[in-house]
Parts: sequence; C-alpha cells; structure tokens
Amino acid sequence: MAKGMFVDTSICTGCKACQVACKEWNELPGEPAHFHKVPDRPYQVAINFTGNSYDNTGQLSATDWRHVRFIEQFNENRTEARWYFSSDSCKHCNDAGCLNACPVKAIVRTDMGNVFVQQDVCIGCKYCIPSCPYGVISFSEQSGTVHKCTLCNDRIHNGLGTACAKACPTGSISFGEVEELKKRADARLAQLKMRGFTKANIYGYTEAGSLNVFYLFMDEPSVYGQPEHPVVPQRRLFRSAAITVLTAVAMAVAALISFREQGTKKNGEVKP
Amino acid sequence: MIMGSNMAECHPVAFRWPLKAKTNHGAVLMHVDPRFTRTSALCDIHTPIRAGTDITFLGAIINHVINSHRWNTDPFFKEYVVNYTNAATLVNPDFKDTEDLNGVFSGLSADGKAYSYETWSYQRGPKPVPAVSEVKTFTDLLLQRVPGRPKTDPTLKNTHTVFQIVKKHYKRYTPEMVETICGCPKEMFLKVAETLLNNSGRDKTSNITYAVGWTQHTVGVQIIRAAAMLQALLGNIGRPGGGVLALRGHATIQGSTDIATLYHSLPGYLNMPDGRKNHETFKDFILTEAVPLSTSYWGNYPKFAVSYFKAQWGDAATKENNYGYDYHPKITGDHSHLPMMVDMMNGKIKGFFVMGQNPAVGGQNARYQRKALAKLDWMVVRDFFETETAAFWRNSPEVTEGEVKSSDIKTEVFFLPAAMVSEMEGSFTNTQRLLQQHEKAADPPDDARSDIWFTYHLGKQLKTMYAGSKNNLDWAIKNLYWEYEPEPPEVANFRIKDEPSAYKLLKEINGYTWEDKKPLPSFANLKEDGSTVCGAWIYTGVITEEGVNKARNREGDNWISPNWGFAWPANRHIMYNRASADLQGRPWSEKKKLVYWDPNKEVKDPTGKTILGSWVSPSGEGIDFLPTKAPAFRGRDNGIGFDWLSGNDPFIMRADGKAWLFAPSGLVDGPLPTHYEPYESPVQNLLHKQQANPVAKTWKVPGNPYHEVADPKYPIVVSTYRLTEHHLTGVMTRWLPWLAELMPELFCEISPELAAEKGIKNAEYMSIETARGIIQARALVTRRMRPFTINGKTVHEIGLPWHWGWQARAEGDVVNNLSVLVADPNVTIHEGKVFTCNVRAGKRGGAA
Repeated sequence: MAKGMFVDTSICTGCKACQVACKEWNELPGEPAHFHKVPDRPYQVAINFTGNSYDNTGQLSATDWRHVRFIEQFNENRTEARWYFSSDSCKHCNDAGCLNACPVKAIVRTDMGNVFVQQDVCIGCKYCIPSCPYGVISFSEQSGTVHKCTLCNDRIHNGLGTACAKACPTGSISFGEVEELKKRADARLAQLKMRGFTKANIYGYTEAGSLNVFYLFMDEPSVYGQPEHPVVPQRRLFRSAAITVLTAVAMAVAALISFREQGTKKNGEVKP
Repeated sequence: MIMGSNMAECHPVAFRWPLKAKTNHGAVLMHVDPRFTRTSALCDIHTPIRAGTDITFLGAIINHVINSHRWNTDPFFKEYVVNYTNAATLVNPDFKDTEDLNGVFSGLSADGKAYSYETWSYQRGPKPVPAVSEVKTFTDLLLQRVPGRPKTDPTLKNTHTVFQIVKKHYKRYTPEMVETICGCPKEMFLKVAETLLNNSGRDKTSNITYAVGWTQHTVGVQIIRAAAMLQALLGNIGRPGGGVLALRGHATIQGSTDIATLYHSLPGYLNMPDGRKNHETFKDFILTEAVPLSTSYWGNYPKFAVSYFKAQWGDAATKENNYGYDYHPKITGDHSHLPMMVDMMNGKIKGFFVMGQNPAVGGQNARYQRKALAKLDWMVVRDFFETETAAFWRNSPEVTEGEVKSSDIKTEVFFLPAAMVSEMEGSFTNTQRLLQQHEKAADPPDDARSDIWFTYHLGKQLKTMYAGSKNNLDWAIKNLYWEYEPEPPEVANFRIKDEPSAYKLLKEINGYTWEDKKPLPSFANLKEDGSTVCGAWIYTGVITEEGVNKARNREGDNWISPNWGFAWPANRHIMYNRASADLQGRPWSEKKKLVYWDPNKEVKDPTGKTILGSWVSPSGEGIDFLPTKAPAFRGRDNGIGFDWLSGNDPFIMRADGKAWLFAPSGLVDGPLPTHYEPYESPVQNLLHKQQANPVAKTWKVPGNPYHEVADPKYPIVVSTYRLTEHHLTGVMTRWLPWLAELMPELFCEISPELAAEKGIKNAEYMSIETARGIIQARALVTRRMRPFTINGKTVHEIGLPWHWGWQARAEGDVVNNLSVLVADPNVTIHEGKVFTCNVRAGKRGGAA
C-alpha cells in the first residue's frame, strides 16, 4: 500500500510551482547560499544566476527539496529542437541508501513507504549523504541535521496528497498508490511510443529496489542527470568487505616480505 | 495555433487544457514565435518568425487557404463564408487598396496622419421608409435613421465584393514572401497553413490563441484582425473548439476593460462622452454613437446608456437633466498612459494616483516616465511593497547616479499600504469573459486596505466636501449614488468592518429596477426611461435573484460548464454560436453540435402566446441569438436591433450581422491588415513602399528619440517578454525569497551566433543600448534564440524579460529604459514586442 509520485516529464512545463509549493508547505526559507548582504539594504539580495538555462537552483539542498532541471537539445541549424524539463526530488527508494547508512535510525520508513528523517533523532553525522546515489539528502549548518523531501509526511497521513502534486498545473506530478500510478505510467509510455517517441522510458521500476517517486523520461536517464545504474552502497558491502580483507592480506604479505629483507640485511651490511 | 503568446509561461494553469487536448484527444499544438520557449517545448510544432512579421504570416495563410483546393471544393466553407461573413458585400467602387497605393489605403489625409473612411463604405440599397414619423424616445431617433441594406453578390465574382478585395490584397503574401520577410522556411510555414486548413470544416475546428505578443505592436489591432479574418474564412468562429482566444489571465484584466478603467470607454464598451466628437447633448451622443450600430444588438444602446447613467446618479439622474449626461466628464484627447506621461512631463498633470501599477519600471522609455513623475505636485502610490515608482524620488538610477538630485524633486509622494489579492473579496473576470468569485482568505494587516475600500471612502470624502457646491463641475461627484455600505453579515468575519459591499457593487453592475431594487435577470430588461439601473449591461444576469451571485458557482462538467462562474454576456461561453449551425439551423455536424434550431420546440412569446420553434442548447450553453428567431426569418428593412437582423445573421454585434473580413469602419489604420514593419526595424518593408503603419502614434518630443529604419548603430532586433517565475514589474514576486531565487537577476537571451560575433560569454555581463538608455544583463547564450535570414541578410534578435527594477531581493536594470513611446493608433498600446538596439560584452560602465 505504498504511496508515491509519478512524475510525467512529458507534460512538465518547467514552471517550478512544485519548488515553491514545497517551500511554502514546509516553511523552508530561501536557500541561504543564494543570497548575500548588500550595504544599506534591509533585505538580502539574490545572487544565484547560473547561466544554466532557466535553472538557478542548481541542486537539491537542505532547503531546496525540489529542483527543476532544464535540458536544451538543439543542433546548429535548429532542426533538432527540444527543451526537456524534469522536477527532481527524493525518490523514496525502496532500498534507501540513506536509511541503510544511518547509525542511529533517525531515517525511517513510515507505513506509507516514504523515507523520513526524524529531526529530533538525527545527530548530523552525515553518513547518509554519500550513501544516496542521487545526491538528495543534504546537511544544514543551521540545524545541524540533514534534510530532504518527506513526501509531505504530515499531509499524506491526514488524507491529503503532496504539496507539489497539488500545485502542479498540468498534472505532471501526481500523487497516489504506487501500483495505480505504475498503471498510468505504463499507459502513458505506450501512448508516447506509439506516437513515435521511441526513447521514452520509465525510470524507477528496478532502480534502488524500486523508487516510490518514479519518472517518465523522454531520453536516457543520464540526460536528466540521473545515474543509469544507481548504486546503493550497502548492496556492495560483501564486495567492499571482501576487497578490504584482500587488501589487508595483500598489505600484510607485502609487509612480511619487506621486513624479512630487512632482517637478512642486518648481518654485515651498512645500515640505511 | 498559439501565436503572439507564450501560454505555458504566462498562463501555466490555463495551459493544462491545450495540453490535455494534445495528450488525450490528439490535438496538434503549434507555436509560432521568434523564440523557442517553454510553450514551444510542449507543442508539436515550433515555427520561428522574425518579431513583428505576424501579419505577413497570417496574410499568407489567408492567401493559401482561399486559393486551396479544399477550401474551394468543400461546400462547407463557401456556405459559411458567403452567408455568415461580409465576403459577398459590395464595397464603395472608389476604394483603393494598399496594392494600388504603395502600401496605404484610399482616404489618407494630405499630411499622411489620418484616414477618413468614406471610400471604405459599403454599397447600399435605398434607405427604407422609417418605422416612426415622430420621435418620442431615443430609440425613435434610431428608427428614423436606418440605412439601406448593404448590397451583396453571393457569387463573390464582382470585383467590388469584399472577397475579391481580400483576395487581391493578400495575393503577394506567398510562402516565398513569408520566407523573405519573416525569415521562416517555406515548408515550416506551409505545415502550419495546411494543418489549420485540414483541421477546419464541418467535423473539425481549429483555435487560434494569442496574448500580448500580438497586442503590443504598432499594428497590434490589425494582427488580431488578421487572425479573426482567417478564422472566419475557415468557418471556425462561433463553433466549439474554434474561435480566436485572447488570453486575459492576470488579476481581472478582462474585468478592468469591461468595467472600464480605460479612458475612452464606459462600462460595457459604450463610448466615453468626447469633447472632440458631436457629443454636445445626450441626443447628439446617441445619434453619433448608436446610429451607425443600430442595426445590430447595439440598437439597444440608449437602454444601456441611460441605465448606466442611472447607476451613477440614482435619483439625481432624471429625464429633465438627460439622466446626468450634461454633467458627465468628457474626454478631450487621448488620455491613455503614454500621452498622459507626456502631458505629465510637460507639467499639465498635478496629481497622480498609482494603484497596482509601477510605471517607473513598467512604462515605456522608463527614464522619461520617471522624470515625468518628478513634475507632479503629488502622487499617491497604493501597493504592498515600496515599488520603484513609490521610491523613485530617493533612489531611482537617475538619483543614485547623480543625474537628478532628490532635493530638486518637488513631488510629494504618499505611499499607502494595499491589501494583497488573497486579502480581498470580490469577483474576477478573466479569459473567456468568465466571472468567478474570489474569496478572501485572510484580513489585510494594520492599515493595508483593499482597492474598493480606498475608492469607496475616497468617494465618500469627496461627496462630503462637494456637498455645498453649486458648481456644475462638481455635480457629478456631489450627486454620485454611492450606497455600498456592507450589511453586517457580509463583514461578520472581516477585521475591517467598513469594507464596502462587493456584492452591492456587483449588483449595481448587474442592474436592478430602480423602484423595487430587484435584480434584473437579463439585459433584455433594460429600459431607456430611467426605470432601470445597470452599471455594465454585459454583466446582467450574474445576479438574477437577490443574494444569488452566479460568479460563486463551481460545478464543472468537462464541457461548457454553464454552472461554473458566469460568462458574459448572459452566460454565453462561445460568442456568435448561432454560427455553429448551418443556414437551416442544423448543426454542421453531430460532432460539433452546440446550438441549433428545433422547429418543434414550444415556447411562449412575450405576450404569452405559445409558438413553435426555438434555438436549443442541450449543453446549457447560452444561446447568443434571439431564441425564437427562425433561421428563415428575414429581418425588417426599417427595423433596428433584432428586428433588422435575419435568421442567418449570427454576428449580432455587427451592424450587418456578419463577421467582418473587411472593416468598413471602426479601425483608424485600415479596413484590412497589411504588413508594416515595426516602427524601429533593421530592414526595409519588402512588400510596400510604405515602411511602417502610417498612422502609428508617435511622440516626437525631447527625451524620446527614435531610431532610423535600418539604423546601422542599432541593427539588432530586441523583444521584451515575461517569465513564469515573476509577475510584471516584480512587485508581487521579486520581494519573495522563494521566487527571487528562481530568477535572481536580469538576463538577456542571445543566440550563440550573435554572442560569438560580439565576444559575449554565457553568464557574464553584456550591455544593451538604444538611443533612450543603456542597461546591463547577464548573458544567457542559447540556441533557443536564432538569427533570421531576411532577404539574404542576417538579422539577429535578442530577448529581455522585463521584470527587474532596483528595489527588492531580486534586482536588475530596468529593461524599459531601452524602449520608446510609440503605439498602435487604435488603442494606443505600446510597441513593446519589437524595436532595435545594439549589444556588447561587459557591464554598462565598461567593466567586465
């Protein structure tokens, strides 16, 4: 009975209502790194122009839980002319690297399947950050804890959907039961393929144990800044451990060889 | 076809519907625009054209359509066009077209400044014998002056038919000409033309949607006319899925022209009493304004006008004083924004109320406008942040850069806090003429007040101050009917108890009988004898019974949704919908059925007698016609209004009941849209000797220098436009951190080709300059901008979103420092969408 979101990027207009609705509901401030103080002004001024299409947000952060990406695909004579938009957020992975990494179980999965950081438990160790294959979860200097999209945990446990889905003017982001959303996504994918959009694909059925927030992309996931094969670090524990052990053994052997040589040289040789 | 609009950008919520049509119903969306925008990204086709060449493109579609095999062989088109448009009407044989006169029409004055319309008139039959011999009422005045019926040739062969004139006028608008003038490859143009043609007819209709990308040109009104002509030729008007849709989304902007914040209109699109016209008495006013329109539904003009005056002055408006007409202010010229600012610069304006407007940033030639503000004695600014206009005297660029000293600015500025949209109760009227009630979500804080609070209490104070005056000039305010005190239940939940009643205002706009104050159900109930009050006749019907405001309705049905809000007029969503049925009153097709004639339907006539036959509309859509007028009904030659109109005259607001392919009157710059270059252009007009609109409004005054045609100093075309993230001059958005960080700084969209030529690098500063000013912006180098090849020469275009000013969290230079005062001559809208400039790398001071 997992709840999630289906993000149909083929009908996203890149309006960023999702970014703003998220901030409004969660009472998040403007991203501090985007503003600076200016003399004789009582307010801080925004300085985050990137020159990267219409994307001045840049990345997810402790205060940016949604981030719309803009991808321009134009050839020189403009016979190829495409502008793709995609609203990125936490994917509430069913095999969540962040949850797996947390040493104090601050990060939990609720009865609705969403991955949630309990702010009063988080100790700010940041182990979760490199564990996320998507670069989602982020640390806040101000709170000393990590933050990310909660799937509007308070709203969904009170009969409402997510704020971003509510605000989305075209229905590109829809909230609901993941199984229902998958049916809708499959139908939309089939429709697009029939209309000649052969590169269209669904991202999230198998990645990271399957994603509760999954996407319909019009091109390869890498075009949208998503890894083709996201790695949940904990799934490499045996391999990592094995490599560590092998390395330790190799080091030990190398040390033994080195010290044995040392020993033979002791008899009648000049010391180094 | 979305053209002259960036719908997904500026109307993102409305855009869900075209998008649904595309994803769920196979609609083809085409975007014709100089830039590749967020709209283009979601459309099936993007067709690039050079800014300002829309008429060439549209005229070429017209030419393509009327010469096409399909249009000439599918009987639908001829049936619609011959019967529902003025294609068959014969025009004055003295008429000369732009093809005859090197780009101007006959009737241009010797100094080339104005047209007279005599040669554009229809040929008419003899005048009928008047239906009345004495004049007892204003309506009788009209009945005595009914003109002869227009002469027609339904075969369309006569050279003086509108059709032949249109054909000749657009003959040179070929796909090759489109490629030459618009810089749009022929195949891309033909794809659009063919798609529209193939998607029109009995079973299919096409829609054209536009916004300020069309209006803000010196030929703005003519561009829209061209689209209307095209849709009329394709049989798309008055039919579901067809039409020409003007996007009027922002803050009740449709309502603001309906209830007339325009200087030249009275509410409901009556004309303002005008000192320059023959408007001396009310009788003169009726003769001048209503006679030319009497054979349309405007034949009821006297009823609309008297009811409006009665709404203004209640008991003080009597038959004896012509319902107060004699005291109503008259305009004496063009008092719209641009000439007003010129008058202000010349010291003619002493005081200025600026409410929800920010001319220091939003005004053309903004430096000029800011300097004009300094000439005022006083200015009242109502807004919820200190706008650039409110702050101009202390920190405008002219002040901070030392050009002007604050201490030299004598203007006394009053800055009053205004309530925000969500803190106000009342109705909005937006796109599709839909009135929707807008409910207050929170009280305004502290001293912030709504616009109606301010206006109402100001009016009360003024009435008190003028109470003892005997001066005729004060009569109008002294005698205002100003009864909008709220009933206690209305303000029970409001913090501000003296908020006027928005309901009473809407009820007055709707209209009621003066004696018993009962709301009027329809504008058909309006009278010219002073017994009815009506602020704006087009809104009648929003309140048909006391306390029931249809603007509050919220029942949608995925089709016409007659129970969602109230669409004026009379809840008719698709105007002229009699045209959705053929000559016999049958739907053109089952699929496109909307309004049709049921010969067996029993209805009661006004005397109570039962008659057979009525137009019906099962969807609940309002019938934009007299319900009992049979398709076969032949109008009376000496009647007015519905009596004159026949059963096959769907265009009931036109004096001949037909859609106008040719406009014999009403527009000051020609009966047919013609390609004119923008006032500032890097290229010569390749179609005509006449370069630009000969009667465009210009102000050759100090501080408003124009560029020469193909001025080598300013060879680059510049367009200004908006983004989703910000709203207009940014007063509602640049102060909010959440929005400021989405689009923090002014940027300029520039093609890689132009950027390379000028050494401009992405994300670094560049400067843009015109004779009016110079600004700096971050460069956004993108292939979404492209160079155009015009007649073998490369023409570059850049784009500037104009939201920025020097106040607020997201700050940037004022784009309008670059633009100039020049306007469309019909409505004085500024040409903001295209002018010329030059660019270079680096900040405006010279630094990188």
